[in-house]
Amino acid sequence: MYSSQTNKCLLIDFWHSVAERESAVRGRLECLPARMSKSLRILVPVKRVIDYAIKPRVNKSQTGIDTAGVKHSLNPFDELSIEEAVRLRERKKTPVSDILAFSAGPAKCADTLRTAMAMGADRAIHVEVPEDQPLEPLGVAKLLKAVAEKEESNLVLVGKQAIDDDSGQTGQMLAGLLGWPQATQASKVEIEGETVTVTKEVDGGVDTVRARLPMIITTDLRLNEPRYASLPNIMKAKKKKIEKKTLEDYGVDGRRRLKTIKVEEPPPRKGGGKVQDVDGMISKLKELGKIWAFDVLPFPSSVSRPDGFLTLNATRSNLE
Amino acid sequence: MSGKLRHQVIATYKELLEMGRHYPLGYTYFRDRLHKAFASQAHLTDEVKIQEAIKRADYVKKEIGALYYIKRYRSLRQRYP
Repeated sequence: MYSSQTNKCLLIDFWHSVAERESAVRGRLECLPARMSKSLRILVPVKRVIDYAIKPRVNKSQTGIDTAGVKHSLNPFDELSIEEAVRLRERKKTPVSDILAFSAGPAKCADTLRTAMAMGADRAIHVEVPEDQPLEPLGVAKLLKAVAEKEESNLVLVGKQAIDDDSGQTGQMLAGLLGWPQATQASKVEIEGETVTVTKEVDGGVDTVRARLPMIITTDLRLNEPRYASLPNIMKAKKKKIEKKTLEDYGVDGRRRLKTIKVEEPPPRKGGGKVQDVDGMISKLKELGKIWAFDVLPFPSSVSRPDGFLTLNATRSNLE
Repeated sequence: MSGKLRHQVIATYKELLEMGRHYPLGYTYFRDRLHKAFASQAHLTDEVKIQEAIKRADYVKKEIGALYYIKRYRSLRQRYP
């Protein structure tokens, strides 16, 4: 028999340590992959997106966004994940033996990968995918699963979303496919031995989760401050290797399952108007059909509120 | 100017030029100003003074990097509250 308090505690304890237990169980079941690699092999998937400063335009046939001749850059959330990988190495707490940048997309993704390598990634893999047939999050996750297994990665640092399609699914899907624990939207990452503690920002506070390697972390905006890829570093990055691969190399089918029916710009915002006084506002609201008769509501016509909010005397005489 | 310092100055100039490619007000705006700033210091012959000027340029480099970061951070924070 438990008191309700104990019950509650147990429940909280249970939910808070689900990730931990999962990985502990796995550790017992298949302790080899996690134990074998003491040092971190980090996989950082990156995406080439339209630059954040550019206002996207819908193309004439309303099937997508105009990408021709538009400035592209590395997805800002992916910059954060590369920076975090490099910082993990610089902290020297856990040895980082490999930082692998990965991208799937048109030939120009190579530039994005160069930027990633200029920021500190060791090498890169580029999977060529035609520009008019981009992969969906599920396709990317399947591809990343194959890459993570082949390259024996034990930590995947992925941006929480790309700023072009804002799906925010890839990290979670990858965690599901691999069966690894995940920590989404990290604002702080600490690794000690094989235990990873991740702090995430949630509404009204922070949430701390702990899991064991291998795992997947998706990065949030306040995780770190990405460094600027300077010219000397860009030049040095040109000596690093980019491996070219195809989807067939990983046995992944890049067929699209979703169909974009129509892309439209949001309607232009209408300006607001000014009213003279409260009566004016009420008549305006009535005109717009936002309020009906207030006096049918089951509270007194004038409610005094201690917090000093404006209270409308919503009687029939006031409304008419 | 000794050969080494000359190389340093040119490298700094090139790095700043490269950074200017992402300048919010446009590359030409940045390039013209950068050129003027360097030309205004062209008369320096004292090595110590030149080194000081290079240090200042390095400082500007850091500032521009920070400007880019903050601009991006703010617009992203606005977009994803």
